Amino acid sequence: MELPIYLDNNATTPLDPRVLEAMLPYFTNKFGNAASRNHAFGWVAEEGVDYAREQVAKLIGCTEKEVIFTSGATEADNLGIKGVFEMYQEKGNHIITATTEHKAVLDTCKHLEKLGAKVTYLKVKEDGLIDLQELEAAMTEQTILVTIMYGNNEIGVIQPVKEIAAIAHKFGALFMTDATQAVGKIPVDVNADGIDLMAFSAHKMYGPKGVGVLYVRRKNPRVKVTAQIDGGGHERGMRSGTLNVPGIVGLGKACELCRLEMDEEAKRLSALRDKLENALTELEESYVNGNTQHRLPHVANISFKYVEGEGLMMAMKDLAVSSGSACTSASLEPSYVLKSLGLSDDLAHSSIRYGLGRFTTEEEIDYAIENTKKAVNHLRDLSPLWEMFKEGIDLSKIEWAEH
Amino acid sequence: MAYSEKVIEHYTNPRNVGTLNKDSKSVGTGLVGAPECGDVMRLQIEVDENNMITDAKFKTFGCGSAIASSSLATEWLKGKSIDEALTIDNMDIVEELALPPVKIHCSVLAEDAIKSAINDYRVKNGMAPIEMPKSHH
Repeated sequence: MELPIYLDNNATTPLDPRVLEAMLPYFTNKFGNAASRNHAFGWVAEEGVDYAREQVAKLIGCTEKEVIFTSGATEADNLGIKGVFEMYQEKGNHIITATTEHKAVLDTCKHLEKLGAKVTYLKVKEDGLIDLQELEAAMTEQTILVTIMYGNNEIGVIQPVKEIAAIAHKFGALFMTDATQAVGKIPVDVNADGIDLMAFSAHKMYGPKGVGVLYVRRKNPRVKVTAQIDGGGHERGMRSGTLNVPGIVGLGKACELCRLEMDEEAKRLSALRDKLENALTELEESYVNGNTQHRLPHVANISFKYVEGEGLMMAMKDLAVSSGSACTSASLEPSYVLKSLGLSDDLAHSSIRYGLGRFTTEEEIDYAIENTKKAVNHLRDLSPLWEMFKEGIDLSKIEWAEH
Repeated sequence: MAYSEKVIEHYTNPRNVGTLNKDSKSVGTGLVGAPECGDVMRLQIEVDENNMITDAKFKTFGCGSAIASSSLATEWLKGKSIDEALTIDNMDIVEELALPPVKIHCSVLAEDAIKSAINDYRVKNGMAPIEMPKSHH
């Protein structure tokens, strides 16, 4: 076993060697521009892209023409939301999303608010799921788009996508989902789920960075988005720019591998995740964040009370994990996702996210369990809050000096 | 963000972790910060009849830099008079630990903890409290 151990697969995943192998020729002798229609170099590149488009389409149950390649999920989120807002502004200006979305969605919505959009940010319940009745109550005749993520990047909860889509459609709105954490990890089928637009990226599923997809439905209904990048009219005019052929080929291969191996992998990872979670919640005052029934197989988000997340990560220097602690971000604010669940700031500061992946082994999980337990106990020995808790002092009754 | 070697050293081998009897007249206790902010420091000093600090202990809930800042503070406090201790400035801690700008608040908290512990001791022993620095916040 090599150290450090990578358990941050929600941030990015390593490239699968089989994906790399598929990509390599497109860096060298198959270097052509996929838009060059007049010679073999272009044709070969185009073939690679076409094949990848098929591989992507198969994974999510759509047709090749509905796959728009982008530079990643952030761009796909931007294109989907801004593109729908621009295209459908005569129909309405209301967009519904949720407070636990990724910043690529939230900040795009905030941008559109400056341009005249009305945006509803749905709160989530304690378990991280949205309330469908609240969604329905928020729908108006002006609502053109409901955009709710599939699986959450911090806590892994899976939203009731089918039900959300049905509500959106009932009011004549489109349904978009940021499925970056879900595609390739759990079965996602755009028709079964009623998805009209969907964003995801390659590097969260063992593909390369810098390439992603916006799925745009072409039938029932035919969805159109206004291009946000103008130029040569690539990707059916929706996203200009020379195609990232090696990246796209890698994304295609990554999708194929996920389609073939997802079932087994999900079983294996959820068993490892459960082992990790069960062992760590044996520690006193540790809590799993988010719904534990409806969630991705590979994520565990745990708060260790009376211990600060960044300090904890420093004690687990052989584990690459992430924390909802303020100290890990420049903002000094703890995770807005955890706060949206109603978690107090101190519990949000005490959270660690473990993101398992294709290359995570049981030996690594055993090591992670031991390492985390040791670190939590060590830091609790250093923690005045732990000492007070043990003395039976109610911390909420103390008047803390603000700083 | 990488930590400086000194932060790692203090974090790995924190000096003077522990608890003094807060009810003792010769002990001053400073508890600063708030759990919601992600940092709480408790710093305690034991002072002899000549107003010299003979012992210092800390416990800190916080990031590595906060733990290192309080560990360093206890080291510096021992052997100083309570008046000398007041001259410890947060920027001295920043310099010694090579804290990046985003971690300066950890050193500020440590300075506050020192002053707060000294005040607790002063008030307990019939001296007027010194004014707490507010300018940092």
